[in-house]
Formats: sequence, C-alpha cells, structure tokens
Amino acid sequence: MSELKGWKEIPIGGMILEAGNAEEYDTGDWRAFRPVFGEGECINCFQCWLYCPDSSILVDVENEEMVGFDLEHCKGCGICASVCPVNARVRKKADEELERNDPRLCIRMIEEGKFQEAGDE
Amino acid sequence: MSKFQALDGNAAVATAMRQINPDVVAAYPITPQTATVQTFSEYVNDGLVDTEFVTVESEHSAMSACVGASAAGARVMTATAANGLALMWEIVYIAASTRLPIVMSLVNRALSGPINIHPDHSDVMGIRDSGWIILMSENGQEAYDNIIQAMRIGEHADVLLPVAVCQDGFITGHGLERVEIYDDADVQDFIGTYEPQWPLLDLDNPKTYGPLDFYDYYYEHKRQQIEAMENATPVILDVAKEFNERFDRDYGLFEAYRLDDADVAVVVANSTAGTAKTVVDQLRDEGLKVGMLKIRLFRPFPAEELAQALSHLDALAVMDRSVSFGAMHNAGPLYLELLAALAAHGVDIPVTDYVYGLGGRDILPAEIERVFRDAFDVAETGEVERKVTYLSVRE
Repeated sequence: MSELKGWKEIPIGGMILEAGNAEEYDTGDWRAFRPVFGEGECINCFQCWLYCPDSSILVDVENEEMVGFDLEHCKGCGICASVCPVNARVRKKADEELERNDPRLCIRMIEEGKFQEAGDE
Repeated sequence: MSKFQALDGNAAVATAMRQINPDVVAAYPITPQTATVQTFSEYVNDGLVDTEFVTVESEHSAMSACVGASAAGARVMTATAANGLALMWEIVYIAASTRLPIVMSLVNRALSGPINIHPDHSDVMGIRDSGWIILMSENGQEAYDNIIQAMRIGEHADVLLPVAVCQDGFITGHGLERVEIYDDADVQDFIGTYEPQWPLLDLDNPKTYGPLDFYDYYYEHKRQQIEAMENATPVILDVAKEFNERFDRDYGLFEAYRLDDADVAVVVANSTAGTAKTVVDQLRDEGLKVGMLKIRLFRPFPAEELAQALSHLDALAVMDRSVSFGAMHNAGPLYLELLAALAAHGVDIPVTDYVYGLGGRDILPAEIERVFRDAFDVAETGEVERKVTYLSVRE
C-alpha cells in the first residue's frame, strides 16, 4: 500500500473516483496459504485462471501457458487448487487422503509461515 | 402567492414532496406515516410529479433503494416511522456514511413492544448516533417548512448528509390544521436544482461507492462525517435565514418562547411545544416568569447555543418523550444531552427531567403546569430532590 493519506485528502463516503483501481490494493498480505506448483504436470486447461476471484493466475498468452501466481494480489483462497483437474486425478489415483500441500499435486497450498521452512521456493 | 389549506401533517409533507418533485421516492407504508406516501403515490399516479416511485417489500429495501438512487445522482426522499425505521436501521447508517443527502419524513411513533402505534420519540432516538441530521417539528406547518429546508441542508456541498424531519404521529401527523402552502414555483426556486458531484450514472467517469474500508481508512471517513456535522450548523442557519426572509418565518437552531426574562423554563420537542406555550401564557397571566425552549435541531446538537440560551434560568425542566433504559438515572436522552451541554459550557443551574407521553399517553396542560410549579420549588431551594419524574404513570 502506498503512503496513507489524511482525511482531508481522500474522497468522502469511501468513494473511489478512479476506475480499475483494484490492482493498487495489495491483498497478497492477507494470505495464510500460498499456491505453489507441485510435481503434477500442468495441462494448461486454464480452469484456475477462469475461477480465480482475484485474477491472480499468471498466463503467458503467446504460448498459451499457465506460468505462475500473482502473489501481490493472491489472497490464498485455494480455489485454483480445488478446481484443478490434475489435482483431482492425482487424488483419485492415490490410495490415501492427500494433504493440501502434498508435493504430488499440480497446485499445492502451503502455509505461508512454513513456506521458507519447506524450502520449496 | 401562497395559500392557506386545511391539511394534516402527513398531507403537508406530501404537498412539500409534490412541490419538491424528487427524482425517486422509495417507501413502505407504516402507521402513522402511511398517509404521506399514500397521498404522494396519488400525485405520481396523477402525473403531478416526475418521480420514480419504488414500491418495496420492506423498509430495509426502501432505504436500500434510496441509497442506490441517491448514489446514482437522484434527488431522493422517503418516509417512515417507528418499527419501519428500526427495520431500516442498517441502511440508515450506510446512507449517512456514504454521504447521501436523502430526505426522510419521520412521523414519530413508539417502538414495539408491546406493539403500539401512537407517538413518542423512541424511534428517532434510535438513530441519534447514525450520522443523520435530525430536525424536529411542532406542527404540520413546521414539518412542511423543515422538509423544504432539509433539501437545501442535506445537499449543501459542505454537508452532504441525509436529513430526517420529525413530527409527532397522530397529534400533528393526522391532526388537521391551517397550513400555509407556498407557490410551487417559489419552493422550486428555493430548493434549486440538485447537481450531484459524483453521480454513479456519470458513465464517462466510473467510480466505486461502498467499497471495503478497513482500519487503514475507515476512521478517516468517520472523521469526514464529523466535519460534515460541524459544517451543518452554520448551513442550517444560512438556509433558515434565507427561508425566513422569503417565506416570512422565524426558524433558527431552536425556538425560545418567552424565555429571555424567564426564571424557570421547560425544554420540549415536537407537538408538546404547542401545549407548553399555552401553559406558559396562562402562568404568565398569573405573573409567573416562565418560558419554553423548543428543540428544532437535535442533530447536530447545538450545545453551546442551548447552554447560552438557558444560562440565566433559576431552574430548568426537560421533557423527554422517550427514555434511555439503564442510562444515568434512567433518564431521557434529551435531558442527558442537555445536562452535558450545560456542564460543558459552565452553566450551573438545577435541571430536572420529566419523562412523559410514552406510547402516546396524553400530555395535558395541567401536567405541564405541574412541571413548572416543581421547577419553581427547585429554583427556590436550589436543590434537586428528584432528578427524574415519570410523569403521569400510574403507581
């Protein structure tokens, strides 16, 4: 967030007078869980891109590839991981219930606090 | 040329609404306000106004529609009472904090329960901290005049707050009286054209109303609301001055009746002021120096001006048509606020509170006379034996 303004400097009533301003609001620091690529190979189906409520799935348009996550805006809701069909396939094949941070998944959700610890960067 | 008409308070307000010709009215019928919107809906049906009349399924929806329409840039009015206002409550705050100059006629009625349709001020006291400007009216004429002034007050660029105009249900809401109705053209000329600064329907300049507002900016927006309230008092006086000159009236922040040389006085709001004036005249005829102060502006509360106007008294009695359960001395809100105002401005006079008229219990001249005679006793001793009296409640 840029420098905070005083009450005389901002529009009244909570109005936002510029369109397309959501990008300026860094919601990434709300995140408790971080989406991370796992071993499951991405098939570029773009389901995650379609469902992400924060437009935080980064796509290489030219090569039609899902390339990562916009961590400045991703709130860590995990919808990407929930709708990922590769995740579904990995879960079905496994004989056990998988944790949401299982390395076999395509999109894993790792606790922010444990991220460094896990050494997954 | 203005003309005199026999109208009840609801019809007087409906007439003001016809003359104002708002862009949008969203309302739901509730006694004792029903006659206002019912009459106004006939004006819509008869093509006397250009208003989009939104019939809604509840008061919560009525105020929500008002918020949406006002944000869009429309001039918006509504009316309600008691439980209707209570159902609106959530959106009442949103209207104020979003800084939308909606004007609401509030025909005061006791809040349930037990269920009751008759007047007291428990409904309006529920929104005293909501950020609305609140004007009180003694009779239909004042309700009519206040509604017209409310448009100018709320829409003023330094204010931009919603305004509630109160009058007592049935007593004035349904009481037929002689009301001076001004020329339609004069009313239109007085209120002028509303030019919203940030209309949502200005598609070339898209904007956001009502976004998430956390610990980083919510407080700054509250500070702005405080500033708007600060600004409102001089605006209300300016608008009143212009109104007085144009329509030959005498509005201010409050009305002082035979108060200047009074030894004791009562403070009242709404219709009881009419009864109190009669009692003041009677007691004056007996040679007793009594006076009355009628609250016109309850929010913002003109504390300093009130303290100044009451400072010369030997004793003061406040008449509260509602009670603040569990507050200091289980007193009424008007007393509590006045007590604080007097103390804050160094006025050290004995003050007593008289809670009266709850649920529409009649207030008679003899009872107000008793309040004055009690005040003389207090003035004589300088001692307040009984801080709060629940007037005319049966033991």
